[in-house]
Amino acid sequence: MTTMTDPPKDSFRLGMLIYDTRYRSLTIQVVALIAFMLLAAWLISNTAQNLAALGKPINFGFLSGPAQYDINQTLIPYDNQDSHLRASVVGLLNTLLVAVLGCVLATVVGVLVGVLRLSRNWLVGRIMTVYVEMFRNVPVLLWIVFAMAILIESLPAPRDFRGDTPQASMLFADSVALTNRGFYIPKPVFDRSLGGNPEAPAPEAAPVSPAPPTGVVGMTGGSSRIATGGGSAAPGAAAPGQAPQGQSGAAPTGAQPASSALDWLVILGVFGGSLLGARAIGRWADRKQEATGLRPRTIWVQLAVVFVPVIMVLMALGVRLERPELTGFNFDGGIHMRNSLIALWLALSFYTAAFIAEIVRGGILAISKGQTEAAAALGLRPNRIMSLVILPQALRVIIPPLISQYLNLTKNSSLAIAVGYMDITGTLGGITMNQTGRELECVLLLMLCYLVISLLISVVMNWYNNRVKLVER
Amino acid sequence: MSGTHAHTAAYVRDTMLPEQAPPATSVGVLGWMRANLFSNWFNAILTLLSVAFIYQVLAAILPWVFQSSWTANSLNECRAQIDAAYGPHAEGACWAVIRERYLQLIFGFYPSELYWRPILAFALTLAALGPVLFTALPRKMLWLSVAAPFLVPWLLWGGSAWVPVAVALGFVLGYVAFRVVASVAGALLGAIAAGLVPVLWWLLLASGWAGLMQSVLPLGIEAVDSRNFGGFMLSITIGVVAIACSLPIGVLLALGRQSNLLIIKAICTGFIELIRGVPLITLLFVASLLLNYFMPPGTDFDIILRVIIMVTLFASAYMAEVIRGGLAALPKGQYEAADALGLDYWKAQRLIIMPQALKISIPGIVSTFIGVFKDTTLVSIIGLLDPLGFSNSIRANAEWNGIVWELYGFIAFMFFVFCFSMSRYSMYLERKLQTEHR
Amino acid sequence: MKKSVILGALTVASLVAGGAAAATLDDVKARGKLNCGTNTGLVGFAAPDANGDWQGFDVAVCRAVAAAVLGDQSAVEFVPTTGKTRFTALASGEIDVLARNTTWTFSRDVDLKFTFIGVNYYDGQGFMVPKSLGVSSAKELDGATVCIQTGTTTELNLADFFRVNNISYEPVPIETNAEAQQQYLAGACDAYTTDASGLAATRATFEDPTAHVILPEIISKEPLGPLVRHGDDEWADIVRWTLNALIAAEEYGVTSANIDELAANPTSNPEINRLLGTEGNLGEMLGLPADWAVKAIKAGGNYGELFEKHIGENTPIGLARGLNAQWTDGGLMYAPPFR
Repeated sequence: MTTMTDPPKDSFRLGMLIYDTRYRSLTIQVVALIAFMLLAAWLISNTAQNLAALGKPINFGFLSGPAQYDINQTLIPYDNQDSHLRASVVGLLNTLLVAVLGCVLATVVGVLVGVLRLSRNWLVGRIMTVYVEMFRNVPVLLWIVFAMAILIESLPAPRDFRGDTPQASMLFADSVALTNRGFYIPKPVFDRSLGGNPEAPAPEAAPVSPAPPTGVVGMTGGSSRIATGGGSAAPGAAAPGQAPQGQSGAAPTGAQPASSALDWLVILGVFGGSLLGARAIGRWADRKQEATGLRPRTIWVQLAVVFVPVIMVLMALGVRLERPELTGFNFDGGIHMRNSLIALWLALSFYTAAFIAEIVRGGILAISKGQTEAAAALGLRPNRIMSLVILPQALRVIIPPLISQYLNLTKNSSLAIAVGYMDITGTLGGITMNQTGRELECVLLLMLCYLVISLLISVVMNWYNNRVKLVER
Repeated sequence: MSGTHAHTAAYVRDTMLPEQAPPATSVGVLGWMRANLFSNWFNAILTLLSVAFIYQVLAAILPWVFQSSWTANSLNECRAQIDAAYGPHAEGACWAVIRERYLQLIFGFYPSELYWRPILAFALTLAALGPVLFTALPRKMLWLSVAAPFLVPWLLWGGSAWVPVAVALGFVLGYVAFRVVASVAGALLGAIAAGLVPVLWWLLLASGWAGLMQSVLPLGIEAVDSRNFGGFMLSITIGVVAIACSLPIGVLLALGRQSNLLIIKAICTGFIELIRGVPLITLLFVASLLLNYFMPPGTDFDIILRVIIMVTLFASAYMAEVIRGGLAALPKGQYEAADALGLDYWKAQRLIIMPQALKISIPGIVSTFIGVFKDTTLVSIIGLLDPLGFSNSIRANAEWNGIVWELYGFIAFMFFVFCFSMSRYSMYLERKLQTEHR
Repeated sequence: MKKSVILGALTVASLVAGGAAAATLDDVKARGKLNCGTNTGLVGFAAPDANGDWQGFDVAVCRAVAAAVLGDQSAVEFVPTTGKTRFTALASGEIDVLARNTTWTFSRDVDLKFTFIGVNYYDGQGFMVPKSLGVSSAKELDGATVCIQTGTTTELNLADFFRVNNISYEPVPIETNAEAQQQYLAGACDAYTTDASGLAATRATFEDPTAHVILPEIISKEPLGPLVRHGDDEWADIVRWTLNALIAAEEYGVTSANIDELAANPTSNPEINRLLGTEGNLGEMLGLPADWAVKAIKAGGNYGELFEKHIGENTPIGLARGLNAQWTDGGLMYAPPFR
């Protein structure tokens, strides 16, 4: 670009396309574009030709056909007469659920381990080193399979809870059951649910009464057992327990407690508002401190602002905990976290945490000792040194690799099929693909879903990264 | 001075006291323990908890590992042997399955009389890496590094020796074409010729030439189909081939992404982000289900080859990012110095930028390799018999149906040994390279 | 860094394999090997032994076809396939015949465009439960947790069954039989459902098989058979009549023990003679040598011998013939006449 000493305006020769640096980059790009388009055209024409030969033109119509298979964990209502598309969405939500849970736990464990590895306690440091090396150097697929096998082999089956002298018992005053089918934990339900409370069916009438399968069936939450035929044939409490956030069989008379998405939205909204309020109080305290040099004691007010409104809302809704109970073959009621979810969640989290631990350790070590000493010389207390000096700087080093670990975790969640967790690879890329024989469409959609998720995570985390950077500089 | 004291006052000591041993609690084992394990109450609690944890884990695992049977021929026989030796309720490992099947877990269906070939190929790969990484080794060994990419596949897949020669000849032709054309028509046309001639040679002439030479002078070893590959050999083959192939692709992609040619940058960035945005398993689905659709009708790639292609694409996207990191880490002065010397883009890359960027990237490359190597276990999901896939096949035998931990334990152990030694090696390299820079 | 050549070398070396051309028989002969898709491992039906040789009931069909076409029962390349990859492998020409306990259904035959060439095992989906559960019928499984193997017709049958009977269940989808077995034994599922043959095979390997019962309900028809691509009828005929030859041989009492003698000395039964190629030209019509059936039967024995050897009552799997007995014994195995 610096060789434009004698611009030959007079004539344009073909050779200039190659020899003139002004045109050369353009030439190269055009050639590259043409080559790229030729390649794409070649691939597409091959595909079209092959598909035509097989008599399977690309057609996404199969997505609206009935899926005909059941999914055990559904965050939105689903039964086997719903479409393949809905089954895919159910799978997608399951993917997101395990990814979010995994990222949170991996961060917590990773930071803890990363800090403990720097601990002055020799034994703890060694154990953490062993942990990190073990998890980093064995494939995650093996860890997932291991976690599943450990859960299955070491926890008691529901049948062990039965009998006069059961071999296993529930924890925390009969409210939590750890079984090899997963963990059953209590679920908050509301006597005055905003989604409406269903009438309790008389226990004797249950086998014949057509229980309403819709309406109060929750939009969020953990578990459902597949209730077929839109009716409930199970005696007693079994029927209501089938709905995700469904009715509880525990209510003695009248309307049953229930929980709906609306309830949770209200609670979350109130909680969010309270948090904002507490922050405003904090800011006010900051201003006061800057003006007068004295900081008013606001901690109790803040705590009250955060918790009192939420507790009031909960009481207004008539909250109570629905405990899991052993009925029939299984526990009923409460939230059922299946062991496929738990195994996948734990394995992915601990695997990723090993990498995060190294990132955190590296990030902390990267901050020079002089920073600590300078901060100490200014008279800061150790915990303030950590939170005001070391951590903001370490975060700058930690966050970019942390983003790629979150991405890895999300992508690794596709290994869910190894333990039968019905994520999007298990529904759209698994049973739907097998049953419809539409490989091309299913795989393309699957890749698209993951691509969108990955890009979203990147965008969000990069935004956060930029914010941290701005704070620092 | 001391004499004066001695005469003036009796209570003034005139000799040094003999040095006393430090208190028993601050030296030796006790001192070490106090400093490192029980420095305060919190650490003491942590230590005790850790000891209890270690005890629990070992108490659960060790008896199982050692109360084992090595000689049985089926799971039931194993159970009987363990019961007989350690009492009726003893839980023990049935390592006999490993004794019977370890060769399969390592080599798959590779003919047993040809095991020397994968072993030699593996050794050759290691030897070829030597001169690239360690400048202290004799330079003549570089010839080994140049030959290895042709020798190793030939050793693994076998067949006519003329095929690798034909492939290598393509590179020679490319170089000759570059020299000839560049001297006549300039560097850019030379580069284009250097790209086109080998491709034309490989696509049109190479197989014919190899066949001709084979009929003139038969030279070859027994061919082995790639579907006979299995076990760890399959994992290593996929990993090594994918990384080796992804390196040049990754360099090009990284340069493309850094370049200021808009369209090329867009294509490279799009490719990298597309591949990095999807899980490997979906790419393996593409390999097993779709890749044949993308090829002209009638083409039929081997499934292992298709997997290698997709894993290569996968690895090259990650490799591109690693190398881009290396490029970004170079001081800008290096680029400017290269420009100042009047080097053109490719010369600057070849002589100044890449040697340094690659050196910085070596730890990243190794960790990408470890990642890809671990990820090869995913091929079991599409039905290839890697170690994990093989463990399922072994369990499908009536004799070994129901065996779980022994196989997984063995596989995990092998992976650990491989990956751990590689990661240590990369840390060693990192240290070595760091000192060179300062 | 010139290693990209490996890819090139492999491409050149591998393009020799033929594609999904119409004349599969010619391809197979030219290649000298039959490419046969099997399970990655299913007790009794397909699994590699310690020497790396594939063994099993489905595998035996492939060996018989290879013996008939190429004269060598070991001229088979086994390609392990999963529930997902099997149909693509066949459609793309990667394999010539798929013998992987695949259920013959309308949509697979018509929509996915494959030709099922017969049935080598009549199966049906059943349930296994521990005896201690005290369940005697699948209809009592209301609220139960049921382990299923994915990638098959099983999950659809199960959904239909529970829907029709208006009862609820919790499905636990599992990728492989081995894992399903582990979950079931640990009590993570109340019941395990898959093909009845699979249930029997699984139960046989338990420490205490008598503690588990297979429920009487068979909720589906699962005719398992080998299949080939649509559009190559000659090849389909070869595979079909090889299977029929195995079945007919059992009916006529031709076994691997007496076949040499019968082939050397034509018998008074013209049907046997035509089968063994000592009379007529059936082999020629198929485009195979006259003794094609002799070789196919000698590969592992007739249908009954294969059954006894791999899954019969004297094996750990211990399946009774049941529906798979000859029609003369009240079963469904019925080979069309060889004439």
